[in-house]
Amino acid sequence: MREPATESGAHVYDVAIVGAGIVGCAVARELSGLEVDGRPLSVALLEARGDVGDATSKANTAILHTGFDATPGTLESRLVRRGCELLSAYALPAGIPVERVGAVLVAWDDEQLAALPKLAAKAVANGYEHGALIDADEVYARLPHLGTGALGGLVIPDESIICSWTTALAFATEAVRRGADLLLRHELVEVHVGADTTLLVTGAGTVEARWLVNAAGLGADRMDRLLGHDRFTVVPRRGELIVFDKLARALVDHIVLPVPTARGKGVLVSPTIYGNVMLGPTSENIEDRTDTSTTESGFELLVGKGRALMPALLDEEVTATYAGLRAATEHDDYVVDVDAAQRYLLLGGIRSTGLTASMAIAEHAVELLASQGIATIPRRDLPPVPRMPNIGEAFPRPYADARRIAGDADYGRVVCFCERVTRGEVRDALASTIPPSDIDGLRRRTRALMGRCQGFYCGAEVARLLEDDLGRRTTSGGAS
Amino acid sequence: MSTLHADVVVVGAGPAGLTAARELGRDRSVIVLDRETHAGGIPRHSDHLGYGARDLRRVTSGPAYARRLVALARDAGADIRTEATATGWSGERGLEVTSPHGRIVVTGGAVLLATGARERPRSARLVPGDRPSGVLTTGLLQNLVHLQHRSPGRRAVVVGAELVSWSAVLTLREAGTETVLMTTEHERGETWSALRAGARLALRVPVTTRTQVVRVIGKDVVEGVEIRNLRTGRTRVVACDVVVFTGDWIPDHELVRLGGIDLDPATKGPRVDAALRTSRAGVFAVGNVVHPVDTADVAALDGRHVADHVRRWLDSGATPEPGARIVAEAPFRWVAPSLLSAGAGAPSRRRLLLWADDVRTVPRVVARQDGREVGRRSLPWSVAPGRVFRVPWSLLEKADPRGGDIGVGLL
Repeated sequence: MREPATESGAHVYDVAIVGAGIVGCAVARELSGLEVDGRPLSVALLEARGDVGDATSKANTAILHTGFDATPGTLESRLVRRGCELLSAYALPAGIPVERVGAVLVAWDDEQLAALPKLAAKAVANGYEHGALIDADEVYARLPHLGTGALGGLVIPDESIICSWTTALAFATEAVRRGADLLLRHELVEVHVGADTTLLVTGAGTVEARWLVNAAGLGADRMDRLLGHDRFTVVPRRGELIVFDKLARALVDHIVLPVPTARGKGVLVSPTIYGNVMLGPTSENIEDRTDTSTTESGFELLVGKGRALMPALLDEEVTATYAGLRAATEHDDYVVDVDAAQRYLLLGGIRSTGLTASMAIAEHAVELLASQGIATIPRRDLPPVPRMPNIGEAFPRPYADARRIAGDADYGRVVCFCERVTRGEVRDALASTIPPSDIDGLRRRTRALMGRCQGFYCGAEVARLLEDDLGRRTTSGGAS
Repeated sequence: MSTLHADVVVVGAGPAGLTAARELGRDRSVIVLDRETHAGGIPRHSDHLGYGARDLRRVTSGPAYARRLVALARDAGADIRTEATATGWSGERGLEVTSPHGRIVVTGGAVLLATGARERPRSARLVPGDRPSGVLTTGLLQNLVHLQHRSPGRRAVVVGAELVSWSAVLTLREAGTETVLMTTEHERGETWSALRAGARLALRVPVTTRTQVVRVIGKDVVEGVEIRNLRTGRTRVVACDVVVFTGDWIPDHELVRLGGIDLDPATKGPRVDAALRTSRAGVFAVGNVVHPVDTADVAALDGRHVADHVRRWLDSGATPEPGARIVAEAPFRWVAPSLLSAGAGAPSRRRLLLWADDVRTVPRVVARQDGREVGRRSLPWSVAPGRVFRVPWSLLEKADPRGGDIGVGLL
């Protein structure tokens, strides 16, 4: 009943969003919470891959930024600041793990030291008032394991770490429960803009919608060209990261940031929401939009930087390495535009700050649509905010919860020893609103196999649980 | 949280833990905790002959050996609890445990850490490239093949040429996977030349020495690995759909570190004396968490060796005086035990265990303390990477537990 039928009998969505990354999921969640002409806005969320948040959204530094170092006056600055408020508030009921660990920008030479007061002033210009300059002694008091040679620092107490995987999943889960259709493995091939509706030809069939939202991340420029524009080019910027063992977590309790340069924020050391320590990212513009391989030179650079930043960290075991691609463009801001004639909204050039800004980008999208006469009001019949399973280390997890185990023995069956993931959590993920379609998807939902042994002990068992479930889903015909 | 108590709590039901449980179960109450669904440890996954020679005096397959050790420990009265994961400490000799039966605390008069060792996975070795499926360790391979009965692929490259690497080759062959290449960074294959030649003949596996895997290739599944010749710097690509990273052991030392127990920076396991005592009173460590790694039967004999020392602690509560550290010198990487303390006696099998990074065919071992030589032995067996080198404990009979560090190296 959600979608009115066209003359041809096909469903026509009010809005089709292309790209189920963090931004597309946030927009789908926002739009599916609205009604137009007395009925819920019908929303389709199209994704080329087999899962939400499975491309550039899954491999970032997972920092919830205050936006203190954005360029004042930009759309990015405004949306990051607003997004930080919105996501911090949403994280609580949705169960998205967030830890307010704070950041320290560390100056290692006189030039960087001289830049700190300017950065503090920039923070104020961005509406962030809680930054504080500290001297070298204070830097080492906060970061006792920092390498030698720090001259001073700037503390940003509200920079936080967050689980980006749970964030994308929470948005998508809520969107689906509100009635949005999540269309996985629907890679966009062609776009035909008609008089009243637009036809999206995908690898898995045609989708028809009145309005189109481009949240295609690394592919946003290509999709924009399918609609006849030539406004920007995405240059994938590869960032390689090294994740250290949980036993390293005691070494560092804040995000350690370098003083930013023109090429991004540089190499940082940060606790992760899963209780590890992360070193990275590198920053390298590449051609291939699918090349998430790591490199010898990247590792050499990180190990070298890490040894200077925090020598004791390099004595710890490495748990994982990975590379992510940021959707950088030639513009110094998000590329957001609405085209009334094509009924087309572009959300492009959303780089690594997109995680923080996601909910504000969604809010902004609604304003832009309203400016085009799509008069919407919030629905009053919405389901409650989904409560996501916690996979953050700082919050109670089933293996340590006597009451939960007493109520359900599967929460006492640890199947992934390093990460202490229980069979109950794997079972819940497989039965969730958006179940995983592969091992990586299961990993992002439960942490299974992301630990120090990388499957030495439990890899085969966890793979079996997933495959049994995929087999059941396929034979019962309900794979999506 | 409910609490269980026993005279002895053993963490890890592998060869070392089960053997200790068997010895101590005769006259003490013993609880053995193991996180897996079945007790037995690593041999359970290793379905080929070669287990039990030194401890049970008969050679069997890994699974049969594991079953036997479990039965012997049970018969001796040990309470073996599987699916019981020790996640942290509760007091000096208590452990927080998660199991399907609840979240409980298990306390002991003594605690024995027998948590073993694992192989470093590809990520810990910082091997760059894509992240396809088909990149395994021996442990994961053996789980897949022996416990899950799945095929790993058709063509495998095995990284490493030590004992465990050949175990991987055997498992691959059983699964119908051809090992197209073994690579090692060392100058020679690590295992006994005799075994290597014999194995090479029997298994027809080419081994390239002084080579390093520098890249894994393949988006979704492995398509190949890039290999660098460390002599010439040249690289080449070897096509394969499985890569097995073998050896490069790291003790499972999480409980050691969570408890603030002294760590030996060389083994990365707990620092123990010849009585297998750690720095925490009443906490002992046995098996491959102490020496990563020796064979299963040697680990098991640690379990036998530790029993009297555990009884003595339970009966008298005596704690050792601080001892002198034993330090490995190049080409040795580690030595175990790594503490000489008064009253600890000789270690298991009266042997000092060492791990080397280089080959020496006629080794002359020397021990020095406080600037003077305290012992020297010429040994008829060779030093080689990838296996334990054993030295008679008498090397240290003139060393002083109250003196400075004792260095053990080669002349």
